[in-house]
Amino acid sequence: MAPLLQLSGVSKRYGGVQANSGIDLSVDAGTIHAILGENGAGKSTLMKLIYGVERPDEGQVFWQGGAVALSSPSDARRLGIGMVFQHFSLFETLSVVQNMALIVPGSKTELATRIRDLGAAFGLSVDPQAMVHSLSVGERQRVEIIRCLLLNPKLLILDEPTSVLPPQSVALLFDTLRALRAKGMAILFISHKLEEIRELCDCATILRQGKVTARLDPRQGTAHELATLMIGRPMPPPVHPTPHGLGEERLALSNLTFANEDPFGVSLKDVSLSVRGGEILGIAGISGNGQQELAALISGEIALKSVASAVTLMGQPVGNLGAAARRKRGLAFVPEDRLGRGAVPDMSLADNALLTAHSRGLVQNGFINRKAERAFTADCIARFDVRTAGPQAEAGSLSGGNLQKFIMGREMMLEPSVLLVAQPTWGVDIGAASEIRQRLVAMRNAGAAIVVISEEIDELFEICDRLQVLHKGHLSPSQDVAATSVEQIGTYMIGAAA
Amino acid sequence: MTILTFILAGTLAAATPLLLAALGELIVERAGVLNLGIEGMMALGAAVGFVVTYHTHNPVLGFAVAALAGMALSLVFATLALGFMANQVAAGLAIGVLGLGLSSLIGKPLESQTLDAPGKLSIPLLADLPVIGPLFQQDVVVFLTLALAVAIWAVLNHSKLGLIIRAVGENPTAARALGFRVLRIRLFAVAFGGAMAGMAGAYASTIYTPLWADGMIAGRGWIAVALVVFGTWAAGRTAFGALLFGALSLGGLIAQAAGVALPSQLLASLPYAVTILMLAVISSNRRRMRLNTVASLGQPFAG
Repeated sequence: MAPLLQLSGVSKRYGGVQANSGIDLSVDAGTIHAILGENGAGKSTLMKLIYGVERPDEGQVFWQGGAVALSSPSDARRLGIGMVFQHFSLFETLSVVQNMALIVPGSKTELATRIRDLGAAFGLSVDPQAMVHSLSVGERQRVEIIRCLLLNPKLLILDEPTSVLPPQSVALLFDTLRALRAKGMAILFISHKLEEIRELCDCATILRQGKVTARLDPRQGTAHELATLMIGRPMPPPVHPTPHGLGEERLALSNLTFANEDPFGVSLKDVSLSVRGGEILGIAGISGNGQQELAALISGEIALKSVASAVTLMGQPVGNLGAAARRKRGLAFVPEDRLGRGAVPDMSLADNALLTAHSRGLVQNGFINRKAERAFTADCIARFDVRTAGPQAEAGSLSGGNLQKFIMGREMMLEPSVLLVAQPTWGVDIGAASEIRQRLVAMRNAGAAIVVISEEIDELFEICDRLQVLHKGHLSPSQDVAATSVEQIGTYMIGAAA
Repeated sequence: MTILTFILAGTLAAATPLLLAALGELIVERAGVLNLGIEGMMALGAAVGFVVTYHTHNPVLGFAVAALAGMALSLVFATLALGFMANQVAAGLAIGVLGLGLSSLIGKPLESQTLDAPGKLSIPLLADLPVIGPLFQQDVVVFLTLALAVAIWAVLNHSKLGLIIRAVGENPTAARALGFRVLRIRLFAVAFGGAMAGMAGAYASTIYTPLWADGMIAGRGWIAVALVVFGTWAAGRTAFGALLFGALSLGGLIAQAAGVALPSQLLASLPYAVTILMLAVISSNRRRMRLNTVASLGQPFAG
């Protein structure tokens, strides 16, 4: 019997980048097939070709043995292909059932009934009348999956579905996917998380730089072997915290409460934390639980008279001071969005360095000292191994990992007493991510106080000394990494801790 | 006729050109496009509608041709803003100036000519009521425009077409990923908005003040754009703003006639100031603004 979906020699090029080249893939009904690869390996492009968002330059797609040319997602849906996007394609100002009605025929009452039935059958409960902007990330993912299931697909594509979920929800999602497989559905599961793939998938196709580098049964190999195939060289060894001396308290929040006026934002309630020199505090939690607000309150992007004494830096109240004043007192900050807040995309690296390092002799008598600016930037590029044409390269032209290394380097070269880093390795390839983590640990060992806000639990366990979990604007008590477990942190992440 | 009766009778007619143009612009902006050429499209519609009605004595034909003229001009805007992804603000302003120029050119031979005022339609029983009776004696376009306002509210909030328009305006990338033709939907929205602006102009020149004078639209296209924004992209609030403006502009006339000791320029500017103030109060509700603001408004979309 012909496979459900088959690709032969599919290629796609964007400008100068060969995103996919000569990909062969075959997916059978009733299996879960993993597509494994690093950021930029071409996974998302491949899925867009299968779902008809983009058309291949070369190669042929076969569906149930017959050649097809998909020119739009509606073509793909008509064949029986459904897709759950990594960045959800939901509309926040519409209700759940309105979001469904956009592509699923039927009256709203019928749809609401079907949503509840599917929810009951596959463990995907969600209120059909709820507005999407009021839903948690996990609920939004359920809405996306239900929207696909309403069209009775034969093939379901999930793009990095677990990157937004707490550990407990991942287990629920896997139960749902296994139930769908048992019904004969084929599932394409895209991920870079090796343990998950070994747990869930029947077969795996590994991509590297747009090409297929291996096809195998993931249950046969170890995670280490899969990683080596994925990045093309042995995995860098993880860094583990080493014993060290603690300094004085550098940054503290005490009973900080922040009422957010933005209806899509999160309010913080009674948040307390304290970081001393020589330690890394990790803030775990799923995005959208107050991370952006917490980062803005610490960095000074939100400065309020009412919280003046609730935020202290080196023992001094700073809650009412803006970002520049806090930086002067020894705070440095790496925001989560690199392009737009961490760096100005259209400006050169040198000018971007100037933005936060102006106090390091880069400005004299109000004029920019171009020589000092270039020297500082070149030093940063060399010391932090930023792959770029030079200090005059535009920030926007760097890859995510290289730009992140540059921004981290710029902030670290300021030798801050306190460093706040949000999502340090988002969209950064494994090699660069491991370098960034090593730098953070080295900086801690040199005596800095560091706060890392991250969604990646594994990363937090690797580099942090203590963890606190943010959930719906509440911050959990501090846990020593050595004395806690992923399960324990996961319980806090979904607010289920007693 | 008492003052109240006068205002009640005149408000709807004064509000109709604003309402027609604003409802069109509402659909355009809900789909994510900012068309600032409304003033020019209204002016063109006014000139074309007047000329056609003057020569054919057929006001329906005048409206139809005015709608086509407004649509044609809006398609020029669409070519720039959607086809070539030009800056929508700059393209809209340029097209607006073009429309004003064309309007002067087309209307020139008929400067100061007049048309016969069309007959009015009375709603049986209601029109015979004391005081508020005149409210129900209006020309047919007023009633049609009010019906259209209700229809547009229903389409935006309760139909699949409305959902698609809103989806395209909120997140064009996601809409495209679901298989909607974003640019095509935006093109239809812009064309609809242009036709509405053309009819709004024709109403102003052939029914409301059936006389051709260059520059007669006098900023009403801009008020229509402002009504949409301050009405927080909701059909009901936008219509309320149009009616408020209509009532206030009549109030200004009455005050002048009654000899209020204020400069007439100040009285004439009052409706603009008060309408903006009222709507600014409405839109100062941040929550409502966040929930209703069209997320992709004015941003070019490729593909």
